[in-house]
Amino acid sequence: MNRVYLDYNATTPVHPEVLDAMLPYFSTDFANASSIHTPGQRARAAVETAREQVASLIGAKPQEIVFTSGGTESNNHAIFGVVNFAGHAQPPHIITTTLEHEAVLNACQAAEKRGAAVTYLPVNREGLLDAASVDSAIRPETVLITIMHANNELGTIQPLEKIGRIRRERKVYFHTDAVQSAGKFPMDVNALNVDLLSLSGHKLYAPKGIGALYVRTETRINQLLYGGHHQRGFRPGTENVSGIVGLGKAAEIAQRDFAIKTKQLANLRDKFEKGLLSRIPEIRVNAGNAPRIPNTTNIFFAAVDGEALVIALDLKGLACSVGAACSSGAVEPSHVLTAIGLTREEAKSSLRFSLGHFTTETEIDFALEAIPAAVAQLRALSPTYQRAAAHD
Amino acid sequence: MSMNTATQFDTLPTRTEPERGLIAIAMSGGVDSSTVAAVLQEQGHPIVGLTMQLWNQRRLPELQDDGPKQHRCCSLDDVYDAKRVAQHLNFPHYTVNFEDQFEQRVVRPFVDQYLSGRTPIACTNCNTDVKFEPLLRMARQIGAERLATGHYARIRKNDEAGRWELLRARDDSKDQSYFLWGLSQEQLSRSDFPLGELTKEEVRALARRTNLPVAEKPESMELCFVPTGNYVQFIQAYSREAGISLPGAEGEIVNEDGAVIGHHNGVHNFTIGQRKGLGFAAGKPLYVLSLDTEKNRVVVGDDDSLRTTTCEVTGVNWVSCENPRQPLRAKVKIRHKHEAAGATVHPLDANTARITFDAPQRAVTPGQAAVFYDGDRVLGGAWIR
Repeated sequence: MNRVYLDYNATTPVHPEVLDAMLPYFSTDFANASSIHTPGQRARAAVETAREQVASLIGAKPQEIVFTSGGTESNNHAIFGVVNFAGHAQPPHIITTTLEHEAVLNACQAAEKRGAAVTYLPVNREGLLDAASVDSAIRPETVLITIMHANNELGTIQPLEKIGRIRRERKVYFHTDAVQSAGKFPMDVNALNVDLLSLSGHKLYAPKGIGALYVRTETRINQLLYGGHHQRGFRPGTENVSGIVGLGKAAEIAQRDFAIKTKQLANLRDKFEKGLLSRIPEIRVNAGNAPRIPNTTNIFFAAVDGEALVIALDLKGLACSVGAACSSGAVEPSHVLTAIGLTREEAKSSLRFSLGHFTTETEIDFALEAIPAAVAQLRALSPTYQRAAAHD
Repeated sequence: MSMNTATQFDTLPTRTEPERGLIAIAMSGGVDSSTVAAVLQEQGHPIVGLTMQLWNQRRLPELQDDGPKQHRCCSLDDVYDAKRVAQHLNFPHYTVNFEDQFEQRVVRPFVDQYLSGRTPIACTNCNTDVKFEPLLRMARQIGAERLATGHYARIRKNDEAGRWELLRARDDSKDQSYFLWGLSQEQLSRSDFPLGELTKEEVRALARRTNLPVAEKPESMELCFVPTGNYVQFIQAYSREAGISLPGAEGEIVNEDGAVIGHHNGVHNFTIGQRKGLGFAAGKPLYVLSLDTEKNRVVVGDDDSLRTTTCEVTGVNWVSCENPRQPLRAKVKIRHKHEAAGATVHPLDANTARITFDAPQRAVTPGQAAVFYDGDRVLGGAWIR
């Protein structure tokens, strides 16, 4: 079966150039980057080159990049690093939003259990945060604002620059989870005015298990892990050299290809969205009017069981996603969609399609045939849709 | 456009055979439903496996430390077992979330019934209202013609009578037809019970022959969402979480004359016919005769008083025959392990009937089902009132 993959926000394939760059570091250049011998020095050089490549992607200095195991570790490090440094003289306060990734939400909840106070700011129907609400949420004991850059399910981009200006004046640390935005369009940590930024390799054509945390030079933050002197002892653990090299290469490719890829992806995504809207009645794009990353669309299909639609499409060879999968693989309604005001039922009827560098026009054409057919098949057996159609 | 629901179904649905359409299999991760996959695949059907996520084990944390972890409902191990079988036989498999429906249609009614002094059968509700309703619908929505399960029972089309018939399994010791009397004609027309002609030993042998990774897995006997088998503890924990007020805990135990002979700690702790902990009167053991939730009383008496010749039933579903409108002779089974007894079923209206047994039956229990058999055929069934 020919398979069409429209789930790049879940993970991306490793770019062939990235894989080529990584391969030597599994065998010939396998040495520990901390070793003093020549093979070790070769590994060290590769790690430091990668650090420069990643720094360059986001406008940072190389020494501000810490390699981690991925987005979840980076987010946890940012949150607990700041909260732990603040100490317990008075309970620290964190400001975040209701549509963050679980790696931020659950870390905030864990911080609450340890005595921190957390404000979860609401977003509007387009998934956007009102920057002024951040300003009014800041208290004397606020130590951190953590707000996602692009949302993984909707693709919406938050106005970080505005928030960054506010928090500069108020002198509060500002972290962003940029896992879904890094590598998708140019960004600059100074323009965004952030102190901490998380990114993940496998969302930008590097492998799983590698990520980075940007830590602005003057930021006072505790470490999470204790061990050797790797990465200045701030994030110990023998460096994942091949992964780091892969992340560096992926960052370089993303930067090189922004000009072409961003436009190309947006064109394909728009063709896909318009195609579905013209072919299927009673659907709408969730948060479609917000500024969005170019590859993502989230669509509500009235009277359709989203879980059944994902399965029906998978059986036809099209991969996409719905809600949040738990460890068994069963689907829970997405907290992001309920955060933008959808009902539980509407959330269960919404699917995410995310395109990527290897998506072709032919694949979009296939999807534009497969999805309307599957939706019709589902609605024919949906008691709620028949009721709706009776009004026509 | 009009709505077609199972209850409005009035013509005999046709099953397109011998076309090899996609069949969905409800897979629990156990040996029976896994063997169904092997059987159907061997017959040349394209198949897809669906495992229902029905109950979040992390709910009711106070029950967490009881029971062997590997036999919990919807445990990850069971889901992964189903996935391993699908990998082994190379067919697609998905886990699907029916937690909301399961709670609304099975768990909540189960608790409510217990609290109103009845003894419910959750498996029947699960079959009628979850497996062969939303799961069957989903199976058809993803392109399957039918839903196959690991039930030990048989389905047969009777062209002359124009009905789908439900029959006992060939292996009487494994027969599960008692739990399937609620299926409509449409549901039966879309269902498949490939194990109905097989014995448990044959199923195990098939599982071994096809090297299923679950071939040696032990059977689970308990109700899936109460893996410890301790209903009382479950009902208390669930009621607390759901904000259901438990009936006055302390109440009276009375004899048939209404004389108080003791006290109890909640009627939901008792079932009809129960003997344990009630003691003796005049040298005869005492049994629970009925549960009076209004007066919060448990009525007890001797074994003779436990036997009755008649009962009323409600929610009648006619399966292998149409509503007879006339009194009907049948063998009636009043609980899963009961030996079907000769009786006459008198239909009262479309929904209710009175059953008179040829000989008195012991512990006819409200909330259980009465299932009417003619030989192997399930004529119909209903809930004991």
